[in-house]
Amino acid sequence: MARVGVFICHCGENIARTVDCARVAEYAATLPGVAHAVDYRYMCSDPGQRLIETAIREHGLTGVVVASCSPHMHEVTFRRTVARAGLNPFLCEMANIREQCSWVHEDREAATAKACELVRLMVEKVKWNTALEPIHVPVTRKALVIGGGIAGIQAALDIANGGREVILVEKGPSIGGHMAQLSETFPTLDCSQCIMTPRMVEVKNHPNITLYTYAEVEKVDGYIGNFAVTIRKKARCVDEALCTGCGECQSKCPQGKLKTSVIPNEFDLGLSRRPAIYVPFPQAVPNVPVIDKEHCRYFQDGKCGVCQKVCPAKAVDFTQTDQVVTEQVGAIVVATGYDVMSSGEYGEYGGGRYPDVIDGLQFERLLSASGPTGGEVKRPSDGKVPETVVFIACAGSRDRSHGVPYCSKICCMYTAKHAMLYKHKVHHGQAYVFYMDIRAGGKNYDEFVRRAIEEEGAVYLRGRVSRLYQKDGQLIVKGADTLSGQPVEIAADLVVLATAIQARPGSDALAQMLKVPYDGYGFLSEAHPKLRPVETNSAGVYLAGACQAPKDIPETVAQASAAASKVLGLFSMEQMEREPTVSVVNERTCIGCFDCERVCPFGAIEHREIRDRRGNLLKVVSHVNEGVCAGCGACATTCRSGSIELRGYTDEQVFAQIAAVGV
Amino acid sequence: MKLGSVAREKTRSGFLAEVRRRSGTNPADCYQCGKCTAGCPLTFAGDLDPARVMRLVQLGQRDAVLQSRTIWLCASCETCTTRCPQEVDLASVMDALRIMAREAGLTQAAREVAIANAGLLGSVKSRGRVHEMMLVLQQNLRTLHLFRDAEKGPVLMLKGKMDPLGHKRGARDQVRRLFENVARMEAAERAASTTPRCACSDEGGEA
Repeated sequence: MARVGVFICHCGENIARTVDCARVAEYAATLPGVAHAVDYRYMCSDPGQRLIETAIREHGLTGVVVASCSPHMHEVTFRRTVARAGLNPFLCEMANIREQCSWVHEDREAATAKACELVRLMVEKVKWNTALEPIHVPVTRKALVIGGGIAGIQAALDIANGGREVILVEKGPSIGGHMAQLSETFPTLDCSQCIMTPRMVEVKNHPNITLYTYAEVEKVDGYIGNFAVTIRKKARCVDEALCTGCGECQSKCPQGKLKTSVIPNEFDLGLSRRPAIYVPFPQAVPNVPVIDKEHCRYFQDGKCGVCQKVCPAKAVDFTQTDQVVTEQVGAIVVATGYDVMSSGEYGEYGGGRYPDVIDGLQFERLLSASGPTGGEVKRPSDGKVPETVVFIACAGSRDRSHGVPYCSKICCMYTAKHAMLYKHKVHHGQAYVFYMDIRAGGKNYDEFVRRAIEEEGAVYLRGRVSRLYQKDGQLIVKGADTLSGQPVEIAADLVVLATAIQARPGSDALAQMLKVPYDGYGFLSEAHPKLRPVETNSAGVYLAGACQAPKDIPETVAQASAAASKVLGLFSMEQMEREPTVSVVNERTCIGCFDCERVCPFGAIEHREIRDRRGNLLKVVSHVNEGVCAGCGACATTCRSGSIELRGYTDEQVFAQIAAVGV
Repeated sequence: MKLGSVAREKTRSGFLAEVRRRSGTNPADCYQCGKCTAGCPLTFAGDLDPARVMRLVQLGQRDAVLQSRTIWLCASCETCTTRCPQEVDLASVMDALRIMAREAGLTQAAREVAIANAGLLGSVKSRGRVHEMMLVLQQNLRTLHLFRDAEKGPVLMLKGKMDPLGHKRGARDQVRRLFENVARMEAAERAASTTPRCACSDEGGEA
């Protein structure tokens, strides 16, 4: 015979204002199977919890119903309370009489009646509850970090320094990401490469880090603590072990002759050319060249092979093929970063036809000492030093017509930095900045922007540029200054567009592979915007950097370290405990239609072969991987033979509740 | 408004730099919050509000600023200066702009104010102290409003605020030396503004 205890919470005035809690307790006491019912002001408080513990011991309760707030708030609290009194925690249920009753009703009588009903339903359910034990899942204490920009580097180093192994996978031939392309960083004007390259070298030399560059994650199987990751290492055609990084091959590559090369240098965003065998930039890690097969003469028409001949280490190997490796990891950090919108997207700003209309990243390369102009600001068309430069902020951002209604967050700051650095390099030059608002929230950020205006003489014009066109070797920029209410026309030598920050193409495919939700712009979604900013709804997958939303370097680094700490927290246990409210398959009745497999959003359904004693295959049935199952119940409702049950929400429990409605 | 050609460019930074040098405050510091305008008791009468004057100075719109009525209507009450969150001394910018407007002969917008200013200074210079009666008569003659405010004369005389013979003469010698000093400084100023200087290096020389 069930002996259920019912505990009605007033939640201060939150519930008691609309629900007569004492009456609900009186009513509950009359229900069959209820051995004890009481109301209290704050059930979640220490005395409230002690009340429950004492009642369990004194009345020998076999089930507990707490009628209070949403289980999202306090289910964990009360299940722990129940466990302290020696009862299985899954024999405790919550009836939500706050969010689903007192908060949404005004009529006290009706609300009290509804609260009574909710309590009765839960009492009926809890009579069918059974003791459940947590599931233990082993944890592979090795992490995968996808993306070798500053986010991935920081996360990898933090995890590695925490004593765990890390695999860092980078798509490009070198790690470093966008930060390696930048000139100086706001608001301190630290040289980006100077602070970046030591970290890159540390990654390379760290005993706990395995670095895969020029590699991509192809497939992710498994679940938190137990992922199996398939990684494709693309053929570099240069043996990493033999190559000494002497650079002989790229200097001799016939495709690399400055005047004849047609291959745009990706690292300089097309502002320079490169050979077909190349190291993307001098400080690249690893300092091993890669052959661009699309442009290599040997691969295109079988002739040439000069690099192989000149290589003193005999490292060039045209026969190299892609290698596919599988790694077991326990956690994944996604740090795939961002791209900037192409400046060609804007027809009114030349649509990419004017060589002297460039984007912010290209201007970074013009400012950088390792850039195509050696750090001198020269415009792409004729190499002239621009005397008037117009910067256009929000070029693409906050522009619904271009599909980007969001603020790209970093442009205000880097545009102020660009105006400042330009002035440092071209003293007699004049920088104009067209802006809509200046968003400079951050330590020393607004001061930085004011410095560009007040001390470095950048003229800020509040308004959007309507269009620009070429005339007599200059660009005529037509805008307005809404502060003085006047149209403005500027004859500029160079125009820099602060184009929108966008998710990397293919981030949606990656998100699908990792089963991580993403928004309409391709940015990956965190589990909770405030309280779980680095976790995802896919357990064991964490986010770092601009793959989640536009971010500057300090924020990216902070998030990467946060993700690393989450990974290290997970790795602090040899086994991981999971809630036992998962699906189970009745293998006897399962007909093997695998409809459940099709509806499972988590890929938790596996195939299991049933064989007789002689090993003859009888049938193939579904099996739920308890480590992966999130307990959503989609399979249980889909199963046509009624063979799947969600623990804690069994048919008996649910039918008991339904049967109790309106009694 | 055209900005950016090299010739315009020099005008722009030149004008901003000159206002900065003469006023001892940096108009580029203004971030257009509008607090000065909100507190200015004379906004209703001027053609540009104070924030707009600052904006046009930032953009090097010399003619628009120097020809505006606002700079002459400014009563130098310094409410703007007191309240400016960026600590821009707007009243002293207005002073500098009036001086520059007078030097450039651009006083048409507020001819009467300019005449009053000149009359006042002339009176002080010749007597060491203002001769109120004379000042008012001169003003009315020069502006061809012969009897303007005439009815207030007797009251002011009865209260001892105006004396047909003029108040006791001031320390004429000291005042004369003041005027000489100013003339010398202005000459130095003119010499300075003909030689191009960097806007940021000349603050020290101001004192």
